[in-house]
Amino acid sequence: MRAALLLSALVAALALAPLAADTYMLSLLARAMIFAIAALSLDFILGGAGLVSFGHAALMGIGAYGVGILMEEGTRDALVAFPVAMAVAALFALATGAISLKTRGVYFIMITLAFGQMAFFVTQSLSAYGGDDGLTLAARSTIAGNRWLKSPLTFHYVTLGLMVASALVCAMILASPFGRVLKAAKDNERRVRALGLDPYPYRLIAYAIAGALAGLSGALLANLTEFVSPAFLSWHRSGELIVMVVAGSMAASALGAGGTGRLGGAVLGALGVILVEEGLSHLTEHWRIIFGPLLVLLVLAGGVRSRRARP
Amino acid sequence: MSTTLLLVQILNGLQLGILLFLVAGGLTLVFGVMDVINLAHGVQYMLGAYLMVTATAATGSFWLGLPLALAAALVLGLVLERLVIRPLYGRDHLEQVLATFGIILFVNEAVKMIWGAAPLSIPMPDALSGSIRLMDGLNYPVYRLALLAAGLGVAAGLYVLVTRTRSGMLLRAGASNAPMVSALGVDITALFAKVFAFGAMLAAFAGAMAGPILSVEPGMGDGLLILAFVVIVIGGIGSIRGAFIAALLVGLIDTLGRSFLTDLLKLVMPASDATQAGPALASMTVYLLMAGVLFFRPRGLFPAPA
Repeated sequence: MRAALLLSALVAALALAPLAADTYMLSLLARAMIFAIAALSLDFILGGAGLVSFGHAALMGIGAYGVGILMEEGTRDALVAFPVAMAVAALFALATGAISLKTRGVYFIMITLAFGQMAFFVTQSLSAYGGDDGLTLAARSTIAGNRWLKSPLTFHYVTLGLMVASALVCAMILASPFGRVLKAAKDNERRVRALGLDPYPYRLIAYAIAGALAGLSGALLANLTEFVSPAFLSWHRSGELIVMVVAGSMAASALGAGGTGRLGGAVLGALGVILVEEGLSHLTEHWRIIFGPLLVLLVLAGGVRSRRARP
Repeated sequence: MSTTLLLVQILNGLQLGILLFLVAGGLTLVFGVMDVINLAHGVQYMLGAYLMVTATAATGSFWLGLPLALAAALVLGLVLERLVIRPLYGRDHLEQVLATFGIILFVNEAVKMIWGAAPLSIPMPDALSGSIRLMDGLNYPVYRLALLAAGLGVAAGLYVLVTRTRSGMLLRAGASNAPMVSALGVDITALFAKVFAFGAMLAAFAGAMAGPILSVEPGMGDGLLILAFVVIVIGGIGSIRGAFIAALLVGLIDTLGRSFLTDLLKLVMPASDATQAGPALASMTVYLLMAGVLFFRPRGLFPAPA
């Protein structure tokens, strides 16, 4: 209940933000919301199904390249490009997930990282589409022929709408019988098997859905920056997405609305990380020297609290 | 492809394999014994190289600099263990990933601030510079051979340490059942600290030795860290023997793939396509190997006893 409240409060704040924000702030918020979609899709499998993917940036990057390559080939409309980007990312998730999901725990973390790196190297070698240097988009995608996305305000609300839709989709799936199987298999796989259910197809479908949503966020990111590059798929970015989900869920539990898989934390985490990064980078060019220890402190402090909670 | 070229590339591949083993060895020990995923292991490799830059510059000698750099790396390892890693024992893997990711960000930036972002180099020791004639038309740098020998020496020493000594016995016992070892009166906290610092020193040794042949730059540990993870996953997490074999395998496949794959592809497809696909495929070979191994053996080639 509190998770829903947190999410509604964040959405309300974002909906009102254009009243006070200038163009620069709007593009920063759009970036934060785009990462929130990716973080939501990661939280969906990480918190919902216990699958820690360390290659999530690859799914996002595939979505971005989907839009970039289609535009280079003359297909500019979002109504075509976005679904294609999502489908390609979902297919990649389906193919790699079919192999990755045979493994558990740390092995799963590492194999998703490996597939992410493979996608990274493929984009690096796409010399027809910029290779290492990346690809500059001619313009933002059109919607049914209209250049609506050019306006920062429209872009803001389109992104917000897609973020809310993604959160609703994730929440509805997690609340459905399908989502309950995922959660049960996360808590106790043996018991689920004893009930006669094989968690594998459930996890695979969930992974593909997460891939599609990550692809959507990538497609939006390509439009925001009007540029795609292999750096979109770097493992650092996958790490950042995990940071958003975990740090966000820790912060959300402090508000009593937390835990991974509760989705509010993912949005809070994405907004928090992007805004804190931006704030620190205004303070000093070496902002990572502050941001790194902040992460460590967050984890260590979280541990103190959870230990106190247990008598 | 000539025999000499093949031989040179095999030696280069073994060298990468040895470096990988030095990094992966510590990583797999820390994971196997303490159940901690340490993403910061790559920055320990980088720190080894940077400490070596400073130590050789300060002492003016490679041979005096090396022990100094290793000692400094050991101390830094102990400090890191005490401050960050110790509170993470028994915590969720996800939180360990998060905290050690924070360390990577911090150390990479700190290195940039202290030593600058530009690549540095370590002068090669005089005794090991120059090259040696291995066979007709094949001259190979002495330093690279020395690196290979040093790495093999460390691997052999590590094997003896783990299988033949009391510390090694405790280490293996700790890996299979830490609470039991603790109940038998062994100070498990001190054991963990030693293992962690030792692993950090091994990684630093790899960095210090690689310094003279690679450029020393911020972020140099990141790429190697990923490869080291590939190695321990292929080898089976917690297995030193698995790490050794997988490291050599990955080193060889990566190096040979990069030098010969494009030529091999030219045999089966048009040359222009091959020059396109070759480098991409070469970067991917080790990850394909890993995916293949995990598909057939989900716990690696030499799974440590659970």
